[in-house]
Amino acid sequence: MGWLTCERANQSAQQRGDGVNGPFDFTLALADDALIAAQRLAEWTTRAPEMEEDIALANIALDQLGAARLLLSYAGELEGAGRDEDALAYLRDDRQFRNVLLVELPNGDFAVTMAKLFFLAAYQLPLYTALAGCADERLAAIGGKARKESAYHLDHGALWVKRLGDGTEESHRRMQAAVDHVWPYTHELFAADPAAPVDPATLRPAFDEVVGPVLAEATLTRPGSAWAPAGGRAGVHSEHLAYLLAEMQVLHRAHPGAKW
Amino acid sequence: MRARRGLSHTHVGSLHAPDAELALRNARDLYTRRQEGVSIWVVPAGAITASSPDEKDAFFDPAADKVYRHPTFYEVPDGVAHL
Repeated sequence: MGWLTCERANQSAQQRGDGVNGPFDFTLALADDALIAAQRLAEWTTRAPEMEEDIALANIALDQLGAARLLLSYAGELEGAGRDEDALAYLRDDRQFRNVLLVELPNGDFAVTMAKLFFLAAYQLPLYTALAGCADERLAAIGGKARKESAYHLDHGALWVKRLGDGTEESHRRMQAAVDHVWPYTHELFAADPAAPVDPATLRPAFDEVVGPVLAEATLTRPGSAWAPAGGRAGVHSEHLAYLLAEMQVLHRAHPGAKW
Repeated sequence: MRARRGLSHTHVGSLHAPDAELALRNARDLYTRRQEGVSIWVVPAGAITASSPDEKDAFFDPAADKVYRHPTFYEVPDGVAHL
C-alpha cells in the first residue's frame, strides 16, 4: 500500500476551518460506517443459517463495534465539545450520521449480507492500512488494530461469495442478484476527498484488485451500472437508517446513561 | 488446537462446515475467541477411526498387570545426575 499517504492527519480541529472533511468529520464518518455495520450484522445473531456462522457474524460485528468505539471516542476528543462515544452513538439523529449508504442497507438474504460484508471489508482493509501509517498516532493505532480484523472479514466474505457464486444454480442466482443490488453503493466509498487524512479515492485500486479476482472465481459478473447512489457522508440517508437508529438508541434515550 | 508453540495439538471440539477451508475458519471463530490457540488442525469426522467402548476390556485391561513395562526396576547408580 505504498502509494497511500496520510498527510493531513495532524491538522487540528481548529485548523479544519468550515468543519468539512477535517479530521473530526473524517473520523466520525469511519466511526459511523463501523457502528452501523456492527448493528446490521448483530441482527443476524440467533438467525444465521448455521450456528458456526452465527458466531462468526457476531465476532465480526463486535470487531466493527470495537473500531467504532475507538473512532467515536477520538472523534469526540477532536470535536472538543464534550461529547463522548455514547453521546455520539446514541444522541444523534439520522441526518447527523455520516456513514455510507452501503452499511445501512437492510441485510436481505445471506447473499446480500455477504456482498455487503465483502465490499465493505475490501474498502476498510486498505483504508485502515493507510491509517496505520498516519502521522496522527491515535488514528495510526486504530488503523493498526482494525486492519487485522478487516483482513479476516475480507477473507470470510470472499469465501462465501465464492462458494455461493460458484455453488448451486440457486445460490449463484442469489449471489449475482446480491452483487447487482449492492454494487452501486460501493462507488460512494471512494468519493474523492483530497483534504481528508486518507483520500478515499486513492483506495479504489486496492479495492478493485481484491474484488475483481474473487468475483471472477465466483463466476459472477461485475455489474456495469453507472448508477451511484450517495449522500450518506452528507447526512442524507435512505429510509432504512432511521429505523435502525430507533432500535439502537431506544434504550439509551429512555434511560440516559444506562449501563449493565 | 495447539495452545502454544512446543505443545502438541489437543482435541477441543467439533463443528459443522461444508468443507475443510470453512471448517478451519469456523474453528477459529468458535474455539479461539479467548486466545486459546496458535495453530488449528481440522479433520473430517468420517476420517477418524475410533476404538469402540465395547472393546475397552480387550484393548486396555491386559496392560493393567504388566508392571514390568514401566521402567521402574532399575537401580540408579549414585552420582548419575541426569538419568
